[in-house]
Amino acid sequence: MIQVKGLTKYYGSSRAIYDLGFTIESGQIAGFLGLNGAGKSTALKILAGYLMPTSGTVSIEGIDLLNEPEKLRPRIGFLPEQPPLYPEMSVRDFLGYLARLRGYPAGRIGARIEEVSERTSLKEVLGAPIETLSLGYRRRVGIAQAMVHDPALVILDEPISGLDPVQIVEMRHLIRQLGGDHTILISSHILSEVEETCDNLILLREGELVAQGTESDLSERFNSALSLRAVVRGALDAAKDALGALEVVQEVHSEVLPNGDAAFDITLLRDEPEAIASSLIAAGLSLRRLEAGQNQLEGLFLQATTGGGAKP
Amino acid sequence: MSSIVLIAKRELRAHFKSLIGYVVIAALLLLDGLMFHAYALGDGKNLSSEVLREFFYYSSGMTGAAGILLSMRLLAEERREGTLVLLYTAPISDWQIVLGKWLSSFLFVCLFVVLSLYLPLMIVIHGSVHPGHLFSGYLGLILVAAATTAIGTLCSSMTSHQLVAGILGAVVFLLLVTMWFTARIASPPLDELLAYSAFFDKHFQPFTRGAIHTRAIVYYASVTFLSLLGARVVLSTRRWR
Repeated sequence: MIQVKGLTKYYGSSRAIYDLGFTIESGQIAGFLGLNGAGKSTALKILAGYLMPTSGTVSIEGIDLLNEPEKLRPRIGFLPEQPPLYPEMSVRDFLGYLARLRGYPAGRIGARIEEVSERTSLKEVLGAPIETLSLGYRRRVGIAQAMVHDPALVILDEPISGLDPVQIVEMRHLIRQLGGDHTILISSHILSEVEETCDNLILLREGELVAQGTESDLSERFNSALSLRAVVRGALDAAKDALGALEVVQEVHSEVLPNGDAAFDITLLRDEPEAIASSLIAAGLSLRRLEAGQNQLEGLFLQATTGGGAKP
Repeated sequence: MSSIVLIAKRELRAHFKSLIGYVVIAALLLLDGLMFHAYALGDGKNLSSEVLREFFYYSSGMTGAAGILLSMRLLAEERREGTLVLLYTAPISDWQIVLGKWLSSFLFVCLFVVLSLYLPLMIVIHGSVHPGHLFSGYLGLILVAAATTAIGTLCSSMTSHQLVAGILGAVVFLLLVTMWFTARIASPPLDELLAYSAFFDKHFQPFTRGAIHTRAIVYYASVTFLSLLGARVVLSTRRWR
């Protein structure tokens, strides 16, 4: 478990983070969200042991990072936004060097490199110099170096930055795979990415914690409405009446589609899409599609990071 | 200790894979050879010990230059390329980082020193040289290598530009070298302090003559230690910035 209390960092007189406090359970994938300059990278660098905070405490599995950094560092893997690589080294030499430097048992390093390269799909380039690899491969090498010493906590700063769509899907799959075996902490400004991969969200604004929790926790906290789009065939008025009668529905907008079907953009007070489906079917309408409307996380993000109010 | 060796080995491999290292060593060996022929041999000296003394005198300058040039990239490049994070987040102390880095450059400069051995060996073949003279001269060169690579490591820890680190190192080196001159125009008791700080004057001369003075060893060891301590302080301070 990671416990952060009162974490504050000043760069000279400029405040990067202030009084940050949160908890992440072991095996979770947690996502740091915030606008540029919100303090995400600074917080991650402190957690990785790269920077020292101005004040505050960080405890990972009961060990204080600030008092016993050298004891904790072997249990942390860190991928900064720009993967730190020695271009002249081969992938195998690079991973072996870092495993040794981080105190991984020498006799098991070869097998560990095989295992990690298998998981990160690097097997075919293990002997290649890093300088000859594409950006996607380099980022994989970056992730491989962060996990080669089998750390309990893996910290990934913008892990999909600069990747193409295929590589993004592969990276998402990899991160999901890592969860469970490791506690993962990700920062990303790509909301859909965080939504896809993270169990727990940590929202920052101007260096301060705005909220922490699951997406539905935050939705509840920020009064964030859930949005659905339903497409039905049949009488438009009957559908409107059926939806209007539901207590869970906050707002409905309708339009007639070119093929004669009616589309309803529905704002819900709670996450109960099944009530919409049951009601429309019970009203004798043919429900042709029921899908998510506006991105919920986007709404949350905008509300939280631009100063939208939370429930008192 | 194993972490220091690990860092030093990686750095040494990088030195050997980099063209700059070879170019610097080749250029300085060429200059060393030219100096040897133009001054040590070509100055009408007949005694082997005199030729050897001149050789060590010029070689000390080349060794100092090699020390600065081959250490200027050590930490500056790590910072510039963003790879310092790999060392900062490893379970090793800042001392181990500094010592590992310094050791790699020191050993590489020692390679330059060893490669220059063919010049005094020519004197051995054609003249008469006491092995002790050879030993003391090379001990002096190795101490110069240790001190100048440490100065270079310190300067390299202060910036992310290796050229800036190189210039800074050269300025520090030249200041120390010219301290004997400054000492002459300074008043007591500052003149004695400046004279003691001079890099070559009182400290290296005995080595060129085949003598080993403890105070000279202490001087070069002190410059090495203080420079490496400075580099460690710079590294540690940067974590808090």
